[in-house]
Amino acid sequence: MPQREGENGYRIPSGCAVSAILSKTGERISGEAIIQSIAVMHERSNGLGGGFAAYGIYPEYRELYALHIFYDTIAAKEQTEHFLDRHFDIANLSKIPTRKIRAITDEPLIWRYFVKPLPTKMWESQLGEDEFTARCVIRVNSGIEGAYIFSSGKNMGVFKAVGYPEDVGRFYRLEEYRGDLWTAHGRYPTNTPGWWGGAHPFALLGLSVVHNGEISSYDANRRFIEMYGYRCNLLTDTEVITYIIDFLTRRQGLTLEETANVIAAPFWTAIARQAPEEAERLSYLRNIYSSLLVTGPFSIIVGYPGGVMALNDRLKLRSLLVGETEDTVCIASEEAAIRRVAPELSRIWAPAGGQPVIFQRREA
Amino acid sequence: MPVNFLYPEYSPQRDPERCTKCRLCERQCANRVYGFDETNGRLTIDESRCVNCHRCVAMCPTRALRIVKTDDVFRGNGNWSSAAITEIARQAASGGVLLSSMGNPRPMPVYWDNILVNASQVTNPPIDPLREPMETRTFLGAKPSGITRDASGRIVTKLPPQLTLRVPILFSAMSYGSVSYNVHACLARAAERLGTFYNTGEGGLHEDFYRYGANTIVQVASGRFGVHKDYLNAGAAIEIKMGQGAKPGIGGHLPGAKIVGDISRTRMIPEGTDAISPAPHHDIYSIEDLRQLVYSLKEATGNTKPILVKIAAVHNVAAIASGIARSGADIIAIDGFRGGTGAAPTRIRDNVGIPIELALSSVDQHLREEGIRNQVSLIAGGSIRNSADVVKAIALGADAVYIGTAALIALGCHMCRSCHSGKCNWGIATQRPELVRRLDIQQGTERLVHLISAWTYEIKEMMGGMGINAIEALRGNRLMLRGLGLNETELRILGIRHAGE
Repeated sequence: MPQREGENGYRIPSGCAVSAILSKTGERISGEAIIQSIAVMHERSNGLGGGFAAYGIYPEYRELYALHIFYDTIAAKEQTEHFLDRHFDIANLSKIPTRKIRAITDEPLIWRYFVKPLPTKMWESQLGEDEFTARCVIRVNSGIEGAYIFSSGKNMGVFKAVGYPEDVGRFYRLEEYRGDLWTAHGRYPTNTPGWWGGAHPFALLGLSVVHNGEISSYDANRRFIEMYGYRCNLLTDTEVITYIIDFLTRRQGLTLEETANVIAAPFWTAIARQAPEEAERLSYLRNIYSSLLVTGPFSIIVGYPGGVMALNDRLKLRSLLVGETEDTVCIASEEAAIRRVAPELSRIWAPAGGQPVIFQRREA
Repeated sequence: MPVNFLYPEYSPQRDPERCTKCRLCERQCANRVYGFDETNGRLTIDESRCVNCHRCVAMCPTRALRIVKTDDVFRGNGNWSSAAITEIARQAASGGVLLSSMGNPRPMPVYWDNILVNASQVTNPPIDPLREPMETRTFLGAKPSGITRDASGRIVTKLPPQLTLRVPILFSAMSYGSVSYNVHACLARAAERLGTFYNTGEGGLHEDFYRYGANTIVQVASGRFGVHKDYLNAGAAIEIKMGQGAKPGIGGHLPGAKIVGDISRTRMIPEGTDAISPAPHHDIYSIEDLRQLVYSLKEATGNTKPILVKIAAVHNVAAIASGIARSGADIIAIDGFRGGTGAAPTRIRDNVGIPIELALSSVDQHLREEGIRNQVSLIAGGSIRNSADVVKAIALGADAVYIGTAALIALGCHMCRSCHSGKCNWGIATQRPELVRRLDIQQGTERLVHLISAWTYEIKEMMGGMGINAIEALRGNRLMLRGLGLNETELRILGIRHAGE
């Protein structure tokens, strides 16, 4: 059984490629485009991790949480399903369809469940449906050995594996899915994580994060966020960034822009140049959430049910570009990955460090 | 009586070739080591009075003086050290409690020296502080548990009172009385110039220094010396002193001889009376009593000032700190067992309390486990000796550090550890006007500013090396630390891994 990432206490630094395609109109496009986009950046990965997040792919189950789960053993599956039975109504369950690819090996059992929290359990817990589900996910992931829920949102799903991202896309037959937002990740870890859960995107509920970078604030962020019930078991940056964004947006009620002001806060010198009211707002956020400032190089693409956010660290130590056409937004580590799927762009630019770029679906 | 004679530990040596008999050493030494024999025109030395403060050495215009450790020794014994024998002899002669000054000098583990700091290589670029912004601004105070918005959806930016520091280093409490007027003047001015704070200690605030109030933390200790409404409102924050690292479990003691003039007036006690702080606050016998004092002080200041509670690092410090965090305190200051003092019983200084590194680590971790770390800020003190100690303290979980001894050394202290004698030749721990005058306020201020500025450069260099460009991203970032030569238990308490792991 492959050892789960982080279990030995080691952090594995990774370089990466990231890419995203958003259909602004909400028109659903096949996964083919994102595979082609990330494949251009083959050299930015080393075959040790690739993955995708797809939004709008399960319209028939849009009200249900789609759980994608890796199992290392049958026992883990039975134990998890027993747990799910006691906490959720399971409307549908199946293996996630895959195709054999020579480059993708050692696959775990990969299952998908469409679930709804049991009303009685939810009522007992006095939690909302999102919080109830998030806690169940964290419980399975930190409590059941050999089981790992790597996707838990509604009408969205994460697909990831150890391999080059284009192979991972083919493995999961993503060209057969249609979604209105796709994000992708190719990983360049310095060490060999044998475990599929360590690949990106990392997701919780409807939030998914792909990330390129190595954050120097990791342990400061981790030790803070763990005060609020999160468990950073994987010791990866992406995991902690996802929890931070979930905490700030869902639990603290910040907008994505305010969230960016916290995790990639402007320098004090920049804050001093703002109008007094804005300066006060920015100082306030920096002060009360100071432990959630993320330093070190990163470029992240955050998928959420309403759209997508791209964000660089404050010094812009990682590449990230945004290209736009009338109906589509493409975001990627390299321009080539954008041009591959959208050769004619009305605009292409590199967002400044700490400057969030947020796109919402028009109808959303 | 010969049995009372103990051979002096240090001896001044005069180079007769260099000495011009200017007799400056004689005038400089308040301990009266030097004399002049009119009958034969010779300079005399009584080494038994020498405390090895180096004043004479530093002042001698011809560099004719040096002080050496004497080679007189007791018969070697691994158990009965010279110190053990000497102390018994002194107590047999005096019948008194042994007194000492400054921090515990015994060779006990200094964890700072067994902790190493990380730096970036390849996967993550180091940041050059000369070319990129490197932020050290620190806020101390309770943070709200979440945001609120007004009717138009804007975030309400009202905060509990905070202290804003340009650098995460404050000058710790040293009372007017234990140190001189000039020391306070230097600390106050330097704090103002550095954008940080100094602390009055328990001796009240001299009226001349009210104008530095924006950079002053006023202390309320068990003796309540010099505490009145204007005093409480004079500073930027109020510190309740529950304990001190050098002497946990006992109060302060300033002999009547030092209670003269302005000190008597500032402390609001008659001249010549001993200023003896009780061991406990007599209105605080339990945690709920502390809460009442915290809120009384908040009320007395209209909820405009953060309240600090300072405790000595003792065995159960994590649980105690957690109780303090739940009692309305905005900032907790923890003072380790190596913290300095103007006078403390030797046995208490050297045997009571625990190291700040372990205390800080367990407090920070415990507050996080309790989910209340963001409700309170942490200041660590008790022997922070250099910028690397500061970096390590912050990475272990401190928001900021207190320095006392280091500040005094910057002002000229040569660590002779004789503060309790009141005859400090450097004008620091004395009230004799002719000695106090030796500490030049302008120069002292300058030296403090130099010290903190130099440390700040070094802190920024180390942060940059780690790829961190804001001090808050270092706070509690224990993955940036590794232990060297520490055992499993020590590593577990410090919450760090061993080097090579």
